Amino acid sequence: MNWYTAIVLALFFGLLVYAERDLPDSSDASSPARTHVAPTYIEQSYEDTRTPNIVTSVLADYRGYDTLGETVVILTAGLAVILILPRSDRRR
Amino acid sequence: MSALAGNYTYYITAFLLAIGLYGMIGKKNLLKKLIGMNIFQTAIFLFFIHGAVKPGTTVPVLDSRIGMDAAAYINPLPHVLILTAIVVSVATTGVALALLITIYRRYGSLEETTILERMKQSS
Amino acid sequence: MRERLENSVVEGLSRFLVPFIQIFALYVITHGHYGPGGGFQGGVILAASMMLLRLSLGEEYEHRRFSPTAASFVAAVGILIYAFAGLVPMMFGGRFLDYGYLPIPGLSPAELRYHGILIVESGVGLVVWGTLVTLFDHLLGREG
Repeated sequence: MNWYTAIVLALFFGLLVYAERDLPDSSDASSPARTHVAPTYIEQSYEDTRTPNIVTSVLADYRGYDTLGETVVILTAGLAVILILPRSDRRR
Repeated sequence: MSALAGNYTYYITAFLLAIGLYGMIGKKNLLKKLIGMNIFQTAIFLFFIHGAVKPGTTVPVLDSRIGMDAAAYINPLPHVLILTAIVVSVATTGVALALLITIYRRYGSLEETTILERMKQSS
Repeated sequence: MRERLENSVVEGLSRFLVPFIQIFALYVITHGHYGPGGGFQGGVILAASMMLLRLSLGEEYEHRRFSPTAASFVAAVGILIYAFAGLVPMMFGGRFLDYGYLPIPGLSPAELRYHGILIVESGVGLVVWGTLVTLFDHLLGREG
């Protein structure tokens, strides 16, 4: 590891440690990540979708559009590998 | 530093991020750079999942004994984001490996300096 | 990794285990409503079972049973299932991906959303399965 790599890594780690003081405490129940829309999802999930698993109902119903986009990303990765590395025995 | 006791997993995550970044910029083998990128992605997943935990609560599957109280379950949103992100990271690692195989077949080596020399010679 | 392993213990054990792995994967996909699981996890387990067969029984034998072209086709069918579960409600009065307007008779809107989630999760499972098997086959193929 030469010296400029070490300086870059030290600066990076120092920046992350300095940014830590702005994060809310991990046991804080009034932080924005926990009060904006998550309680609505937990309380309305069984009434709206009859699904006990809240993660599945959020993934496929409340945020179904994002899951569609991510699935297309996975398919595009498969398509890219077919184009970069074609097999020699693909029947045309 | 009472924050150290509360957020110690954040420091572990930052350490893993630094290790992944060292793998990406400090190593000269292309495959080691790819492994560094994977370590970086894993550290990001751990950071998100840690942000969802509340003390004294349980997994976000509705249990009839606990009811529908929103304060008794952990936050489900980061879990939703990371579920797809893990599979997407596997697929993009597959594409990166395909590119590495193509580079190896063309230049015969996976070391950055050797590849640059051979590119200059062939051009 | 392309040829047959010629070891009867490995071949016998993988032939014995693969049906149980695949049934477990189907269980994980369909029980995503009641516990941890869902489309992504079940699709990865299905892909792992096919990779086990390809590693232990050889490419020549396995590609006649389930070819790389079939794996890409399965991935495309999966994304079409997801897209149709989104487009069919638009023809019946709802918005895109609004499962409450699916044309299944005799169910309340909440149960229609339940079944919409099930259809969508199986589509996602097929996409993940097809893509991972495609990646495996193309990364191990000879120069084309």
